[in-house]
Formats: sequence, C-alpha cells, structure tokens
Amino acid sequence: MNIITAKDLCLWYDTLQALKNIDVEIPEKTITALIGPSGCGKSTFLKTLNRMNDLIPGVKITGSVCYQGKEIYAPGVDVSELRRQIGMVFQKPNPFPMSVYDNVAYGPRTHGITSRVKLNEIVERSLRNAVIWDEVKDRLRKNALGLSGGQQQRLCIARALAVEPQVLLMDEPTSALDPISTSKIEELVTSLKEKYTIVIVTHNMQQAVRISDQTAFFLLGELIEYGNTEQMFSKPKEKRTEGYITGRFG
Amino acid sequence: MAIKSKKKLVENIIHGVFLVLGLVTVGCVLLITVYLIVSGIPAIREIGLIDFLFGKEWASTAAEPKYGILPFILTSIYGTAGAIVIGVPIGFFTAVYLAKQAPTKFKAVMESAISLLAGIPSVVYGFVGMMVLVPGIRKVFNVPDGASLLAAIIVLAVMILPSIIKVSMTALEAVPKEYEDASLALGATPVETYFRVSVPAAKSGIATAVVLGVGRAIGEAMAVMMVSGNAANMPSLFQSVRFLTTAVSSEMAYSSGLQQQALFSIALVLFLFIMLINATLNFFLKGQKEGT
Repeated sequence: MNIITAKDLCLWYDTLQALKNIDVEIPEKTITALIGPSGCGKSTFLKTLNRMNDLIPGVKITGSVCYQGKEIYAPGVDVSELRRQIGMVFQKPNPFPMSVYDNVAYGPRTHGITSRVKLNEIVERSLRNAVIWDEVKDRLRKNALGLSGGQQQRLCIARALAVEPQVLLMDEPTSALDPISTSKIEELVTSLKEKYTIVIVTHNMQQAVRISDQTAFFLLGELIEYGNTEQMFSKPKEKRTEGYITGRFG
Repeated sequence: MAIKSKKKLVENIIHGVFLVLGLVTVGCVLLITVYLIVSGIPAIREIGLIDFLFGKEWASTAAEPKYGILPFILTSIYGTAGAIVIGVPIGFFTAVYLAKQAPTKFKAVMESAISLLAGIPSVVYGFVGMMVLVPGIRKVFNVPDGASLLAAIIVLAVMILPSIIKVSMTALEAVPKEYEDASLALGATPVETYFRVSVPAAKSGIATAVVLGVGRAIGEAMAVMMVSGNAANMPSLFQSVRFLTTAVSSEMAYSSGLQQQALFSIALVLFLFIMLINATLNFFLKGQKEGT
C-alpha cells in the first residue's frame, strides 16, 4: 500500500522553479532514497512531504501530495498534526540546548502528555529504538549539546520517534558524521523499517544501495528515474541515471 | 634606518595618545567614585548610618532637621519594581512578536518607532506625564492629586520599553533557526515553538534586557520629578513621593552645610545601587557569552 503519493507536483521559489511535475508513490514500511547532484530538488521534495517549505517566504506549490489518501495541501489541514505523523531528521544534528531527557520528552509534552511515568516510558523506549539508550542512560539530565555528533543525530532520531510518527523524513542525516557513526545510523534506519516508512535524501550512492528499497533520481528539478534500487543501480533505464551513478557527473 | 625609526616614533606617539584618551575615561569614573565616597561619608557619620538609611523622616530645612532617607530608598525600589512589573511583560511580548511573527514591513515601522521612543528626552516624558497622566489619574481614581507614585511608575514603564524590546529582540533573533525547525517538525505550533524553544534559548539576553531596564528606571530623575509630586512621604501608590534621584536634584540648588553633605550621601547610596545593577548585568552578559 502507498502511504504517500505525489502527483504532478511543482514548486517555485519566487520565479525559480525547483520541482517540475514530480510523480512519486511511496509504499508503506519501506526505505526510499532520493539521490541527485546538489541543487537538484531532492531536499526540496522531501520538505514538501511535511510542509516544512511553508516556512520559506515566496514558495508556491501546485499539484498534489496525498498522505494516507488525504491531500495535505488542502485548506483546513492541521499542519502540526501532519508534522507529528511525518517526522523529520535534519542534515545537521540539532538537539535543543536542554537535557537529553527534555529533548526526547519535548514532543510528547507538546502534545499534552504530562504524566511522569508515561514520559519516562516514552523517553526510554524512544532512546532504545534509536539505539542510543546504553550510551546516555546515565546522563539523561545532562545537556544534550555535550554528546558527540553521531550521538546527537541518534538523539534527534529518538526525539522524532517519541511522537510516534508513521513516516520519517531524513535529510542527509549522515553527511556531517564520521564513518563509524554513519554505519550506526544506517543500521538503525534499516531496523526502523519494520515500523516506519522512511524517505532519506543522500549524497552517498553506496548508502542508497545499502539501505533503500527504491530510489528516486532527481536532476535539475525533474524526477528522471524512480524504481527498485537494485534494478536502478544494475540496469538504469535512463542514460542520465547511468551517468550519475557511475560518477560521470554530479 | 632613519625612516624606520621615524615610523616607530609615530607609532609610539599614537600609542601614547590612545593610552591618554583611555585613561581620561577611566579617570572620570575613578574621580566620581572617590569624590562621592569622600563627600558622602561625613554626613553619614554625623547622622549615623542606621538613622540615615532607616530614618523615616526627611526634614532638612526644619529647625531641628531630620535626615532619614528610607522614604527615598523605598520609593526608588517600589517605583522601579512597578515599572518592571508593567514594562517587562509589554516589552517582552512585543519583542517576541516583532522578532518572530511580525510581517517585515510592519516590523520595520515598529522598529523605527521604538528607536524614536528611546530618543525622546526625559523632560518631554515628564511634560506629557504632567499634562495627560496626572490629571487622568486624578479623575480615574478620584484622588485629590494625580501627581503620585503611580504616575511615576507608568512614565518609567514607558521609558524602559525601548531598551527591553531591543535587547530582547536581538537575543531572540540570534536563536538558531535549526532549533525552531526541529520543534515545528515535531508538530509543535509556531507559538509553542517560540515559548518553549526560542525564549528559553534566549533567556540570558532577555534577563540582560530586564536589568538594563532596572538601571534606566532607577537612575531617571527629570521625568519622575515632574509627575511624582516630590514630597518626602513614605511611598504609597496615590501619594506624592520623592525618589533618590529627585531628592538630590530638588534640594541641591539651595542646600548648605550638613544638608548638602546629606545630599551627597544620598547620591552615594544611589551610586551603590547602580553598581549592584551593573554587577548583575555583567553576570548575565557573561552567561550569554558562554552560551548557557
């Protein structure tokens, strides 16, 4: 079943068209990788899925994005509720300048959970799911900015998981991390597939091959090719896809 | 070689000029401090520290003069506290709105209006307060005279708004966008994000703004003199009162002897208050630098 469907999606930053007639269907509980050279629109596309582009002045969007069969750009849509269900992890780890515990508890508290017992349970479960519990269980009250970059990013994933989203959008989550932290995050992402649908932007083609089920290749705001990852990397249908994945440009 | 040593001479001269200019500034501060202490101590000695600070009566021109400045100290503290209680919430919410939510054009208009408010001379505040506020208070609260502590509090509250708004705004605008994005992406609304992420991240800057407001309010003389009635009563909201600042300025012109020395002592007390506020300010600024 497809959890997200984008149809004929176009996006302009003022007069610059950043996305051109994108059609993508994302199946539930899979990992979809978005690849392409810098400025090709892959991050922009990712941010249309939880309406984070709304925050940029001068953005105009046409076409349709459906989440669980409902148009997310329809008037009257509760954007906060949408973003609760479609979580996001950013390129640069961005924990709040508060304790590890408060970081994870931020989302649930915002959505009205005040019971100490319940919060403790959510924090522990989220940190365990993000495979960082053992590293931080003794320093839950310490400032999260004291963690290493890789730990901060897993903390951000735990924070996103704490509001029980259905979909997790990840915008180059490993580009600021060292190889060991990167492989930890990759393992984590693969394990999260059981419960969540994941859409991940990546510059690293090996990463796309290692973790994703399907891949979308963007170039200059167009979706060039979209399909099964193995097939795309072994037998790309498009010349331009082949050129990019074999490293001839990009 | 000759050119080189000439260059070096010029360097040394300029260096010396800067040093002298710097010393002039520091010298002024030192001079004021020493002068206040030297000229403020004798009266305190003669009157007695306890009688001076905690005496409830000030009657400097009576046949048997009394020099108790408790009314002035309390008036200054109450007046400043009142101005903070009214001014800080208004200034703080204005700053949050302008820094985070206001449309660009409206923000530009508001910012220049706030700068203008900061530039208005205090005598003008006092004048407007005298003409509008004082009669207004008399009518609204049905009291015999509107020139009161309340009038002074309201004038001070308006006067501290610009510094509170500007300093808080700068702190709020410096909060990294990543924090706010993370909060919004978790499904928090913009307003929840401002108050649960942006404001806590800017808290030391906002505290600095409040302390600056306190400093401005406690040091103000002209405007409060014009609206507070300037009688040396123990402070009460609808009564005519006298502040530390106005106590000095209203009697200095005709004072002599012990009376004049006592005025210097009042100035010394005011100076200590300001020092205390500055120390608090430095404490918060340090916190801001360390990014806590």
